[in-house]
Amino acid sequence: MCATCGCGESEPVAHSHSQAQDANHHHPGGPVHDHAHEPRRISLEQDILAKNAEFAAGNRRLFADRGMLVLNLVSSPGSGKTTLLVQTAQALRDAFPVMVIGGDQQTARDAERIRAAGVPAVQINTGKGCHLDAHGVGHALDQSLLAEGGVLFIENVGNLVCPADFDLGEAAKVVILSVTEGEDKPLKYPNMFAASRLMLLNKIDLLPHVDFDVDRCVDYARRVNPDLQILRLSARSGEGMAAWLDWVRAGQRNELSQHIDRLEADLAAARARLIHGGGEIRRTII
Amino acid sequence: MHEFSLCEGIIDAVTTQTRQQGFSRVRRVWLEIGALANVELDALRFAFEVVRDNTIAATAELDIITLPGRAWCLNCAQAIAVGELYDPCPLCGGYQWRLTGGNEMRIKELEVE
Ligand SMILES: Nc1nc2c(ncn2[C@@H]2O[C@H](COP(=O)(O)OP(=O)(O)O)[C@@H](O)[C@H]2O)c(=O)[nH]1
Ligand SMILES: [Mg+2]
Ligand SMILES: [Zn+2]
Ligand SMILES: [Zn+2]
Ligand SMILES: [Zn+2]
Repeated sequence: MCATCGCGESEPVAHSHSQAQDANHHHPGGPVHDHAHEPRRISLEQDILAKNAEFAAGNRRLFADRGMLVLNLVSSPGSGKTTLLVQTAQALRDAFPVMVIGGDQQTARDAERIRAAGVPAVQINTGKGCHLDAHGVGHALDQSLLAEGGVLFIENVGNLVCPADFDLGEAAKVVILSVTEGEDKPLKYPNMFAASRLMLLNKIDLLPHVDFDVDRCVDYARRVNPDLQILRLSARSGEGMAAWLDWVRAGQRNELSQHIDRLEADLAAARARLIHGGGEIRRTII
Repeated sequence: MHEFSLCEGIIDAVTTQTRQQGFSRVRRVWLEIGALANVELDALRFAFEVVRDNTIAATAELDIITLPGRAWCLNCAQAIAVGELYDPCPLCGGYQWRLTGGNEMRIKELEVE
């Protein structure tokens, strides 16, 4: 059972309810005449992922309340997410709080690599699960991962299919593709490239050694998503890292300035209430 | 892969309805799935048969209605049909279009008793 969202409670309740109904409906020897047995249609028109969307909205509120930038990093296994995050955390941690959630099917090794870079990291072991969902992320969000004006990176499970569908409450998905993979990945996994705002083409230090046509890959990615921003970098050599770090800094500043706008609006509303309330007090005194 | 999670979402939504609408069995579930949605229909059908066990929908049939891919081409300023996310506009050959339909994953209707 879970205090945050009441998960684990719903199943048993529904189960005992249906058993009780079944028991009521046994009329030994008699005809079954209960109206409940009449087939009827119920229109739902509900998104299958509606529940995930609710949890994602809850996470998003937590992030917005602190002016945090949250990025959901998605890729195939081995494209370099953790390596990139280690480099990124080291480069940015002195400018603002940097935090990491890692989703992995088995080990906590990635979180250890990140913590060694000097930033808080929490690992979610998804077991057989092939993606993170908003509910799991919500449970992982302890105080060490929430910081005013900070940047939280979520390293999703290495998988280019289903993480595309699960909103975690992030500001944007960042898809990482390395040049050791096929350049046709954007066509093979179009939903992921369509769902992402930025594509990082990683391991460009290996370009001389591999048969990877960068222009063709960029063309494929833009067919699926004409608005996709694309940066080329090497998390190993550091080439191209500056543009990525600038992208993150710009996003962090943007979230923070939106946060300031909201706080100022709240402040103005509170002032207005004080003036209005003061008037009422005066009236009652007179 | 995530078809199991989707089916858990379906069963969860159906179970919530049980409490609100008071029925004891689900006979049929109608889904609307967009042709460009990130779903393998065979995997979804298979997952449904596994996930429905020991629930109110244990014997429910699954009916999947496929919705076509539709988009708005910014270049042509006109509605177009698309078969894949990487298809060019059939009119101008460009890719500057926005999906307006075809990525749905919805529970449309239930038949219950
Ligand atoms: N040559 C090269 N190797 C890289 C680069 N980035 C990551 N790697 C290597 O790719 C492998 C997988 O990296 P990792 O960060 O664990 O990938 P993840 O599974 O996406 O987290 C490791 O051996 C990394 O050292 C890069 O830019 N260039
Ligand atoms: Mg990793
Ligand atoms: Zn919970
Ligand atoms: Zn999955
Ligand atoms: Zn067109």
